[in-house]
This record gives sequence, structure tokens and C-alpha cells, in this order.
Amino acid sequence: MRVALAVALVCLFVLAWQGIASLESVDDLTLASPVETFDALQDDWGLLMDNARVTLVEVVLGLALSVAAGVLFAVSMHLLRPLRDAAYPLLVGSQAIPIVVLAPLFVLAFGYGIGPKLAIVALICFFPITVNLLDGLRSTPPELLKLMRSMGASRLRTLRSVELPAALPSLFSGLKVAATVSVIGAVFGEWAGADEGLGRLVLLGNNQLQTPRVYAGIVILTLMAVGLFALTALAERVACPWNRKESLA
Amino acid sequence: MQTETEAPVTELLSFRKVTRRYGALTALAGIDLDLSAHAVTAMVGPSGCGKSTLLELVAGLQEPDEGIVDVLGATAAADRRQACAYMPQRDLLLPWRDALANAALALECQGVARSRARVRAVPLFERFGLTEFEHARPAALSGGMRQRVAFLRTLLQGRPVLLLDEPFGALDAITRADLREWLAAALADEPRTVLLVTHDVEEAVFLADRIVVLSPRPGRVVADFEVDLPRPRSVTSTAFAGLKARALEALKA
Ligand SMILES: Nc1ncnc2c1ncn2[C@@H]1O[C@H](COP(=O)(O)OP(=O)(O)OP(=O)(O)O)[C@@H](O)[C@H]1O
Ligand SMILES: [Mg+2]
Repeated sequence: MRVALAVALVCLFVLAWQGIASLESVDDLTLASPVETFDALQDDWGLLMDNARVTLVEVVLGLALSVAAGVLFAVSMHLLRPLRDAAYPLLVGSQAIPIVVLAPLFVLAFGYGIGPKLAIVALICFFPITVNLLDGLRSTPPELLKLMRSMGASRLRTLRSVELPAALPSLFSGLKVAATVSVIGAVFGEWAGADEGLGRLVLLGNNQLQTPRVYAGIVILTLMAVGLFALTALAERVACPWNRKESLA
Repeated sequence: MQTETEAPVTELLSFRKVTRRYGALTALAGIDLDLSAHAVTAMVGPSGCGKSTLLELVAGLQEPDEGIVDVLGATAAADRRQACAYMPQRDLLLPWRDALANAALALECQGVARSRARVRAVPLFERFGLTEFEHARPAALSGGMRQRVAFLRTLLQGRPVLLLDEPFGALDAITRADLREWLAAALADEPRTVLLVTHDVEEAVFLADRIVVLSPRPGRVVADFEVDLPRPRSVTSTAFAGLKARALEALKA
């Protein structure tokens, strides 16, 4: 039932898109219709896939990097109160940096390779992961911490056995947000300077007025983000079986 | 086969003019008590009179503002923590661990490896008739079962003093009566120094060797008497009813 509704909504969206694109007053160069987009997907399939692979690698590696950094940061900030107080403003500040401005500077510093793309994806994704995990770690019920203390548990034992498992669902919430914005990060990175990738292909297509190809690229980027999100949700179900909401079963 | 406990230095659990305040609120006022070891003492009192505070003082989770708490010779908070196993008011089982692993947590906290801790918890589950629930997660257990697992976790700590904070507080009447008998049998099997907090007078008379009644906040001792009934106890006997009436009287005063 839930799936049927979602599918129906997507169909409705595509129909509306087709309707608007067919209007006389809408320029074909601004908006490609779903049919034109589908044709472009077929015609340029090989080209699109080659570039999609590049972008996917950037996204996945960037995400992995941000998870590693995010967990390290959140746990250190949780264990060391002074570090948390000191680093929190910096953490929030990192999100205020306009990536569009920063991206070309990264490319200038690290070249046209994968480096700057990873840095940008990680910079964007690191924030939701760190903040969510930190909140999760801090929301352990105080009675539970008291119980652990009464049982003579060390700080590390409490972290391992209670706080980290309890914060796992929060980590996944952060990861879901990160998964969706990671694709945008990779596109920004490629716009700033790249030889390959879907972001670059879309930018080129825009300049060369190949509107259907641009839309085909966008569709693939969107599916990539949705797929990553779904994978994260699946991983959460496997990793936190106790936390499964009945309505999702 | 009994769970090992450390040998106590003295045979007393004593409070000397113990006062505990939370800001302007006095939770406990000048508690003076000597409780003998190897006995079950029930603390009865109205809600909010400082029963949980008293247990946390004994458990070494809090320090008194005035006075001394002495647990079998241990007066420093860290030493009191070593002497006591504390069972909090809520079961606080970890939802991601099965029943066996939840009980085994007590041993892991003492540095026993996870798999060894599980193995050492198994005999206790067998002795207390919980074998078939070993692999159930807390969400799949009834309230009564969860309390039993929480009690085993407390027992596994192997400490000479057990502090039980309303172990049956959240249960329905039938389950309560059931668990009361289960606990009585468990304590007969594993004699320890027990401090049991409850607001159920019948539970106190059923389980305890001695009953201490506290006044409404700030908590003071208003009655203190022995329960000299043979075990297993029958709730319907006249002597039982007499002691129950005596405790209720003290509570109302
Ligand atoms: N950390 C705290 N800070 C401030 N006040 C507290 C704190 N802990 C307890 N109190 C107050 O101290 C009083 C005694 O609390 P305590 O939990 O010891 O009572 P209790 O007898 O266990 O009550 P109950 O039967 O409801 O469990 C209560 O009025 C409570 O509101
Ligand atoms: Mg209480």
C-alpha cells in the first residue's frame, strides 16, 4: 500500500512534467519532456554510465571519509567536554562556508583529480553525521549511566556497551541526510574543475544546449541519491533490529 | 552452588545522622540506623520521601550532605560502590542485548570478556527457571520477566549487599505476587544483605526480616520493627495481618 502510493505519486509527477513541457509557451531548451529525457537516456547510455561511475566513486569514497572523520570527531567531543565546547562553533562554521566559492580554490590547491571532490563531499557530509551522532551519544538516559557506574564500569566500557549502541540510530539518521547531499557535493566538485563525471557532463550539456542530456544526467544523479538513501535505511534495519518501528515492518 | 561474594569487614550497614538535600529541598533528615548483615530490611514510605535517595547513598552513587554512611566498613563512595549491587527502579535492560547478555553485562563491567561472561551467566538462568528466555530481547519479555533478568544482573555482580529499588513497582498485582514468591525463594538460595525499597506494606512483611518506615519528605524513621514470622510466609495468617496493620499505622501517622 505504501509502495503503491509512492509509485502513484511519482507517476503523477512525471505526467505533470510531460504536461508542462508540452505547453506552447515553454521553450524546449529550458525544459526537456520526460519522453525526450528518456530518449537521451537510451541514446547516451554508455556515455552517461561511464561518467556516473566516476561520480559514484567520488560520492562513496567521500561518504566513507566523512563517516570516519565524523565518528572520530563526535566520540572525541563526547568524551572530552572542553573539546566539545571549543570545537562546536568551528563545526557549525564549517557549514556556513559557501561550497560554491570554496570548490574552485580546492581545485586550485589539489588539481583536477579526485582529491578536491572527496574533500568537498566529506566537508558537506561530515556535519550531519557528527551532529547527529553527538546528540545520540549525549541522549543516553542518565539512569543508565548511573547503573553502569554502580556496576563499576570504566568510561570506555560504558561508551562501548551503552552509549555507542544507543546512538547507532542517530548515526544512521545523520548518514541518511549525508547520503542525499553527498551527490550535490560531488556535482559542485566537478563543476569547479574536472575531466569526467556526471556533474561535468551536465555542465557541458548545459553550455552546448543539449537539454535532454542534462535532464537525463539529473535523473541519474537523483536515482543515485535515492539509492544511497535506501541502502542506508536497509543497513540501519540490519544494524539496529531492536529499533525497528512496527509501522515499517 | 552460590555466586562468590567478597568477605565484609564489619557486619553492619549503618547511617549516622545522614542528611541529604537537593538545593532547598531536604530529601532525608538525620537518618540514624544500624542494619545487620545477612538480613532483608524493607524500607517503606510514601512516594517522594527519599527512598531512592537512601539507596543511592548506600550504593555510593551520591554523598550525604551531613553524616556518614558505612557499608560493612566501607565509608568512601568508591568503596561503597564496590560493596553494593544496585537494582534501579526501572529495569534498564539494554534493548539490543538478549536476556543473557543483559545479565552478563554485570560481569563485563568487571572486566570479564563478553563470551566468558555469557557462559558464566547461564547457570543462574538455569537455577532461576529462565533458560527458555536466554535469547529473547527485552522487548519480547513480559514486565515480570524483565524484572527477573534485571535481578539476575544484580546478583551476578557478586557483591555482598543487594539494593533493590521497588523491584515490582511497575507490575500488575498478579505478577507482583508471583515475583514476590520467586524473590523470596531466590534470596533463600542466595542469602545476602538486602535493602529493599517498596511502598507496598504487604510486600515488605512478606519478604523482610525487619521493616523501617519513613515519614513523608523530609524522610525520617518513624517506625522500626522485626518481622518474626517463619518462612515461607502466608499472607492470610493473623500474625501477618497484625504486622501489616502495624506498618500501615506507622505510615499514616
Ligand atoms: N536529582 C535531584 N534533584 C532535585 N531533587 C531531587 C533529585 N532526586 C530526587 N529529588 C527529590 O527528592 C525527593 C526524594 O526523592 P526520591 O527519589 O529519593 O524519593 P522516593 O521515595 O524514591 O520516591 P518514589 O516512591 O516516587 O520513587 C523527591 O521530592 C524528589 O523530587
Ligand atoms: Mg524512588
